[in-house]
Amino acid sequence: MKLSIFAGFCAALALASEPSAIAIHNARVFTGDGAALDQATVVIREGLIEAVGRNVAAPPDAWVIEGAGLTVYPGLIDGLSTWGVQQNAPSGPAPHARGPEDRPWTTTWISAADLVQPSDRRIEQFRSAGFTSAVVFPTRGIFAGQGSVINLAGDKPGQMVVASRVGQYVSLMSGSFASFPGSLMGVIAYIRQLELDAEHYRLVKTAYEKNPRGMQRPEYDRALDGLLASPRLLLPANRAVEIKRMIAFGAELKQPFVLYGMVEAYRAASELKAAGIPVLVNLRWPERARDADPEQVESYRVLEARDKAPSSPAALANAGVRFAFYSGGIERPRDLMRAVKRAIDAGLPYDAAVRALTLSPAEIYGVSDRLGSIDKGKIANLIVVKGNLFEDGAEVKYIIVDGVKYEPVPEPPQPAPAERLPTGGEDR
Amino acid sequence: MRRPGLAVLCAACAFAAPPTVIRNATILTVTKGTIPNGSILIRDGKIAAVGTGIEAPAGATVIDASGQYVMPGIIDCHSHIAAESINEGSVSVSSMVGIEDVLNPESIEIYRALAGGVTTANILHGSANSIGGKCVVIKLRWGKDAKRLLFEGATPGIKFALGENPKRAGSPSPSPLLVGRPLRYPATRMGVEDVIREAFLEAKEYQALWREYRDKIARGENAIPPRRDLKLEPLVEVLEGKRFVHAHCYRADEILMLLNVADEFGFKIRTLQHALEGYKVAKEIAAHGAGASTFSDWWSYKMEAFDAIPYNAAIMMRKGVLVSLNSDSAELMRRLNTEAAKTMKYGGLSETEALSLITINPAKQLAIDSRVGSIEAGKDADLTIYDKHPLSNYAKVQKVLIDGEVYFDRDRALSEQLQKEAEKQRLLEKEKRQRPQAGARRPS
Repeated sequence: MKLSIFAGFCAALALASEPSAIAIHNARVFTGDGAALDQATVVIREGLIEAVGRNVAAPPDAWVIEGAGLTVYPGLIDGLSTWGVQQNAPSGPAPHARGPEDRPWTTTWISAADLVQPSDRRIEQFRSAGFTSAVVFPTRGIFAGQGSVINLAGDKPGQMVVASRVGQYVSLMSGSFASFPGSLMGVIAYIRQLELDAEHYRLVKTAYEKNPRGMQRPEYDRALDGLLASPRLLLPANRAVEIKRMIAFGAELKQPFVLYGMVEAYRAASELKAAGIPVLVNLRWPERARDADPEQVESYRVLEARDKAPSSPAALANAGVRFAFYSGGIERPRDLMRAVKRAIDAGLPYDAAVRALTLSPAEIYGVSDRLGSIDKGKIANLIVVKGNLFEDGAEVKYIIVDGVKYEPVPEPPQPAPAERLPTGGEDR
Repeated sequence: MRRPGLAVLCAACAFAAPPTVIRNATILTVTKGTIPNGSILIRDGKIAAVGTGIEAPAGATVIDASGQYVMPGIIDCHSHIAAESINEGSVSVSSMVGIEDVLNPESIEIYRALAGGVTTANILHGSANSIGGKCVVIKLRWGKDAKRLLFEGATPGIKFALGENPKRAGSPSPSPLLVGRPLRYPATRMGVEDVIREAFLEAKEYQALWREYRDKIARGENAIPPRRDLKLEPLVEVLEGKRFVHAHCYRADEILMLLNVADEFGFKIRTLQHALEGYKVAKEIAAHGAGASTFSDWWSYKMEAFDAIPYNAAIMMRKGVLVSLNSDSAELMRRLNTEAAKTMKYGGLSETEALSLITINPAKQLAIDSRVGSIEAGKDADLTIYDKHPLSNYAKVQKVLIDGEVYFDRDRALSEQLQKEAEKQRLLEKEKRQRPQAGARRPS
């Protein structure tokens, strides 16, 4: 393994003297879209996948990784994340909004791509576990801002961004009597009004641009501009009641939408299938709070949800719903993998679990033409693994991001500070 | 797009269901007298026939109600169950919000109200604002999803509120966030009136804007539609008689104020809610055509609720007001039958009159009386069966039917309870086994 010795020096040095090509030879290749190929070769050149297949030869100029006994997977993608993103809005008391016109907790125009911090320790930590990309979001606010797909390696934010605007993060947070919206129905009404305003804004702006003479100019509104620039909305839904509510509400909206959360998807999968809505499943399975009152007896519904939440992915897979996983603020990579394992133990096929962390998130966010599978011409994000992913004994040997090879760093004893996703929909 | 398909499907399953006959019962029809030892034939969710000498058709499900009483399912004109938020209290006018958006069909309160004989409820926004949010009428179809709770075709409502709640008297700084901030307008009863007036002036302008636009389109002119305003749309519906106003109120003076404002703007107050001083201005209420939905004997919980009397319902009724009794409480909701009974002692109402306060009268107030509120052929089979006369303290609900379907069955409920307890216990044990024992010591 001359290669590993060389790459061991440091990442920056490695970057400066990358070979022109890398070939992973004679490995089992899990392309991500179809069956696994045995004794296959993957060739990577200039950050892209040049070739993959059983009868592919390693080019003479390539560094060769001997892949016997190893499996190559597409790099894992966190479907909804805050890794590497500095959160935007200041916390603290909310502004005193008097109605929708004050645009409470709304920063639709912010893009996660502009908040990327390559120095975030979580990037290296989760990369070491096999994650090569994340769909990152600003998460503070009702309309918190645009998500971006980033690759989990790079010195400069600009290098890391794969797609800058892939969806608007919406939460159902509400305040108190002091500021609008102060209730769940207030937030829903606000989202509905902002959508209507955006449609009207588009109409008026188009008319004005066509012929401004004799027409009052529309007032500039960055909140509406940001909303109109969102290819899709992410709406929270955990309980079955919330899932059905958001399916009905989302149907009113003009934009496509994706639901995230999905604790009780095990009893709403058929509704999701019928509606044709893709979903993001939080891998942070619900748990009894550590400081919960031992005397407190919870409702049957809550107990059942904690018991059955890990079976939601299996239910979604059976129903044929497109779904992706997300880290939900899990702090340690090992815990994240164990959470996936729990879903597998609850009936999710292994291949479906891999897909929910590779091709499915790429499809849901409209970037499957460049990410999510090991396919000619796609971005060279892949991982070389010994053993089965998600098992405690699995060993990620190499991680390749944008064609650059990385080796895993050991997991630190102290968990990194994590960002929990405030959704407002998680109160149970 | 999916709705018509669903409706066809439901109609189909209703047709497939065999007819039901309830027999040997004392039937309290409320509108057509009492039928001793009578039967009710139910077909396709509707009451097909009521009377004596009804034969059960072949294949019919028979409910033997010997010695039992059947009354129309109870209708509660003022409830806040089954909703995940009640008040949007941040603004003086919160008509942009609606209870329909936050219905929770899995709220156990639905089942418990059902067990108290209630089949229909008017789910209201709270009373934090002069003009509150939109309301919905639901049937307590426990087990169905939110869409199926909605009472099909019922006129939607909106909550108004007068007096102490919207003006926030007696509740200084409900939130630490309010410290150092001006309290929300209004702070007086005068202010409440002003908020309502201002809102309807705005609504009329908005209505005119849309009329202008529609006229232009009708003339074939090019025009951009006005911005839709979700706050004003429900108020235009009120002006056009398409949405009912349910106004929370206590004092006689504020009741008169509201009736005057409504007359001036040309809309109707459908019901006065609470209206504890309604007995003082019953003639005026009747003249406006408003209904009143009040408590039997619940008062003195705040200043504006002091001048109340238990004769309120009876007096208003005798003065020509359409009166109902409501619960405004998930608990009281389970025994509205005995609330109604109190009006026989306080006010001397007849049995039928007392029952009408929780059946046909609230049905009329909500304009759903062609469907529910009494036991008559053609109406929905929404029925409550008691073991004793429902105006007795000893009466217990045995079965509740909605659209002819049994949604509550006392015997079944009692037997299932044990099974559910066991299942819950199993889950608790399982979780306990899986939980790492915090602080547990290894045996040394």
